[in-house]
Amino acid sequence: MSWWIYLILILTTTGAVAWVFRFAGQQLTENRPFYRDMPFVIAFGYVFGGVVLVGAMIYYLQSTDKNGVPAAGVIFFRWAVQGFVGFAIAAYLFRLFGRYVGTAGTRKLFGSMPLTAAFGVLVIIIYAAVSIFAGAIAPHGQEEILAGSNIVPGGNPLLGGNPEFPLGTDQIGRDIYSRLIYGAQNTVGIAFATTCLAFFVGGSLGFLASILGGWIDQLLSRAVDVLMAIPALIFALLLMTIASVWSNQLGIDRTIFMILIIAMIDSTRVYRLSRAVGQNIVVMDYIEAAKLRGEGMGYLIFKEILPNALAPLLAEFGLRFCFVFLTIASLSFLGVGIQPPLADWGTMVKDLSQFINFAAFAPNVATAPLLAAGAIALLTVAVNFVVDWMLHKSSGLKD
Amino acid sequence: MTQQLLKIRGLKIEGKSDEIWNPIVNGIDLDLKKGEVLGLIGESGAGKSTVGLAAMGFTRDGCRISGGLVEFAGIDLVTASAAVKRGMLGKRIAYVAQSAAASFNPAHRLMDQHTEAPTQHGLQLKADSELDGIELYRRLRLPDPDNIGFRYPHQVSGGQLQRAMTAMAMSCRPDLIIFDEPTTALDVTTQIEVLAAIRDIVEQFDTAAIYITHDLAVVAQMADRIKVLLRGDEVEEADTRNMLTDPKEDYTKSLWAVRSFQRPSKPAVLKGATPIVSLKNVSAAYGKSPVLFDVDFEIHAGRTVAVVGESGSGKSTAARCITGLLPPKQGHIEFNGEALPLDYRKRSKEQLRQAQMIYQMADTALNPRSRIGDIIGRPVQFYSGLTGPAKRKRVEELLVQIEMEPSQYIDRLPGELSGGQKQRIGIARALAAEPQFIICDEVTSALDQLVAEGILKLLAQLQDDLGLSYMFITHDLATVRAISDEVVVMKDGRVVEQGPKAEMFRPPHHPYTDLLLSSVPEMDPDWLTNLLKIRGVDNIGDAAVQKM
Repeated sequence: MSWWIYLILILTTTGAVAWVFRFAGQQLTENRPFYRDMPFVIAFGYVFGGVVLVGAMIYYLQSTDKNGVPAAGVIFFRWAVQGFVGFAIAAYLFRLFGRYVGTAGTRKLFGSMPLTAAFGVLVIIIYAAVSIFAGAIAPHGQEEILAGSNIVPGGNPLLGGNPEFPLGTDQIGRDIYSRLIYGAQNTVGIAFATTCLAFFVGGSLGFLASILGGWIDQLLSRAVDVLMAIPALIFALLLMTIASVWSNQLGIDRTIFMILIIAMIDSTRVYRLSRAVGQNIVVMDYIEAAKLRGEGMGYLIFKEILPNALAPLLAEFGLRFCFVFLTIASLSFLGVGIQPPLADWGTMVKDLSQFINFAAFAPNVATAPLLAAGAIALLTVAVNFVVDWMLHKSSGLKD
Repeated sequence: MTQQLLKIRGLKIEGKSDEIWNPIVNGIDLDLKKGEVLGLIGESGAGKSTVGLAAMGFTRDGCRISGGLVEFAGIDLVTASAAVKRGMLGKRIAYVAQSAAASFNPAHRLMDQHTEAPTQHGLQLKADSELDGIELYRRLRLPDPDNIGFRYPHQVSGGQLQRAMTAMAMSCRPDLIIFDEPTTALDVTTQIEVLAAIRDIVEQFDTAAIYITHDLAVVAQMADRIKVLLRGDEVEEADTRNMLTDPKEDYTKSLWAVRSFQRPSKPAVLKGATPIVSLKNVSAAYGKSPVLFDVDFEIHAGRTVAVVGESGSGKSTAARCITGLLPPKQGHIEFNGEALPLDYRKRSKEQLRQAQMIYQMADTALNPRSRIGDIIGRPVQFYSGLTGPAKRKRVEELLVQIEMEPSQYIDRLPGELSGGQKQRIGIARALAAEPQFIICDEVTSALDQLVAEGILKLLAQLQDDLGLSYMFITHDLATVRAISDEVVVMKDGRVVEQGPKAEMFRPPHHPYTDLLLSSVPEMDPDWLTNLLKIRGVDNIGDAAVQKM
């Protein structure tokens, strides 16, 4: 039988079970509205979800061990599930901890926090701690070239690992574990500085444009339109090329130029948001009352507008941080970003990328480039969870 | 025996806030016979709209019917399945919302929305339904009934839209229509037209109706019976005439008494006294479209000038000219005999301090992220330079002046206050500048009657204590009667008539003033019938305004 006969069989069986499920629900609960008004597709969804869950469990538990190495797909799936469950438990414990420790304010905050947000906060705290204390945590220096090159992650000598280097070494024998830790410092630190700069510039100009209106608004907005019309990554590459010449001539670190360039490109997005948010706020009567009182521009922006625009701006800050972070990683991957020998996650992915080809028969080897990529992905997901939670909170407060 | 149409017994509704279900309606009984109109009245938060929606077996998001029976024509709508309800709603029960402008889909023509219910329910073909719609528009006395249905909602005025919505509710000839404050957002001259049209058509088709409103005079015209609600409980129910002449409960009596507040009138202004504020031949425009023409009036010390007019008459624009937000194109504004710079940016701090403003919507007038102490404290600090404990003491004084307990409210956010309290904070912020003159822009129109009366009394009290002058912008003539010393009537950007209050409420009037005065509903249940008899259906409301 070919695969589509299986598919049809599964779908029809699921459909039949869904019908029985809904019917049984209606009979057993004496027509409660939940079952009574349930459309068939919803019942189908419930049963299908159950089928997928069971399928995933069978896939997870299958034993395809050949010489102690399970099939590549299975082991990645297992890692994903283990990571998922592990982080969920960690987040749950962290939230529990937050609910009983700290001031009344933070305890209340943790009380209403969803698990996803607790996960996000936990991950962000860990990243922050790692990047601040990188020098103390890392067993080796980021530029240090050690004994063997291309040691496989996992620390199992049978599979080409070395217990001394739990995550292995790269092609020229630098410890990946140490470089990951230093990478947090470099990549996250630079991304944070860049995002702050982008917000300061974009935010103040956006609010200014929304208050003043007229030709200043037109001038700024059209300039931003022009900048936004150019594809961001291409534009950044172009400017970085020019900057590399300047950095050689002037003797200024190329990283400074990179921060300025990415901040400029991203501040256009922040400008648009803060101008739009600001325009909704400046028409309020309390702004008019403040203007009629004779208040200056600084008071209007920082005391009247900013507190009311904080929620959308914070949410944007989280998203923008991720984008900046990914841009830096992409630029480094393309070779114009953070320069070796400084450790950087984007560069690490690039350097080790050819090992991805080993995924099918030697999963441990293929893990090497995935470690840095995973670090990027984890932070991005965590920041987005926190941002979602903030958005939810701010929208809930309004009504 | 007339047929029982709607039977509600022990209706309980709960609403969810902070993950807790709180009761909104605690056990309401309601009966409605075919062709009968029941008026539901109460203040905001009384649960009247919630009960109205529950009569359709429907609750808003975050609410649930937690008990009781809603039986419509023998079917319990609480336990009925979604499919059964879908068959009833629109066809046998229809709903007319407060804001027709927000309830019509702006992307479709009126007629396409009108024909949707009959065609969806399979009652009529679209073409037949269109003909029927034109007939309904004619009966509701909409202008140009043959073509008005083929316009989009934004091409039709507010009062016409409200009538088009009533026609839409009628499209399936339902047994019951629920009117949820259908005239609250309308001007008096428009309101009277809509009221006459609704009453007419409900009688013609013998439709039962639940008429929800907070305006007693309106409900007196529309309803056969009145039910009074307070915080989810029934206060009393009686026939309209009995209810108006002989209310039983104290709460109902207090509602009836609200309109009686009237401050004693002051002696006439001395000849030759310098007015606090005077507008001299002021003309203004938004861009190229002119809105004020040659406006000329004076406000004297310690007096209240009510500026009356319908929406679009330019009364708020006149206030914007005085504050300097909209510099006039011609004319000038004098303050204590001195000409003020026209643009507020060119005025000195002292000039800005002397004229303060209180806004209609207290929600948008107070920064939702500032605490009460900061909102009132900022003008105190800004103008008098007080800081620290001295500033706090002054803020507490001001809170006492507006009859709010300082220790309880000083650290709250505006969102934690009721509508009336927010409006009081707005007053305190204006007082904090220690002005001579305050512009009150529709300050009571968003408030319940009892609360509004409290605000009016407070303003009158403050005027007596501090010698303030008010420019009181309003469209509500009852408010004018209650608080003003002089009245300025505006229409289409011109001053139609002005003078002391006593003269203004006594004939002879300017025809427009006359129309305004006669359009204000009175508590007499025969008022609308009599007025229609005297004036004729074509000589009320907007139709009459247009003839002017």
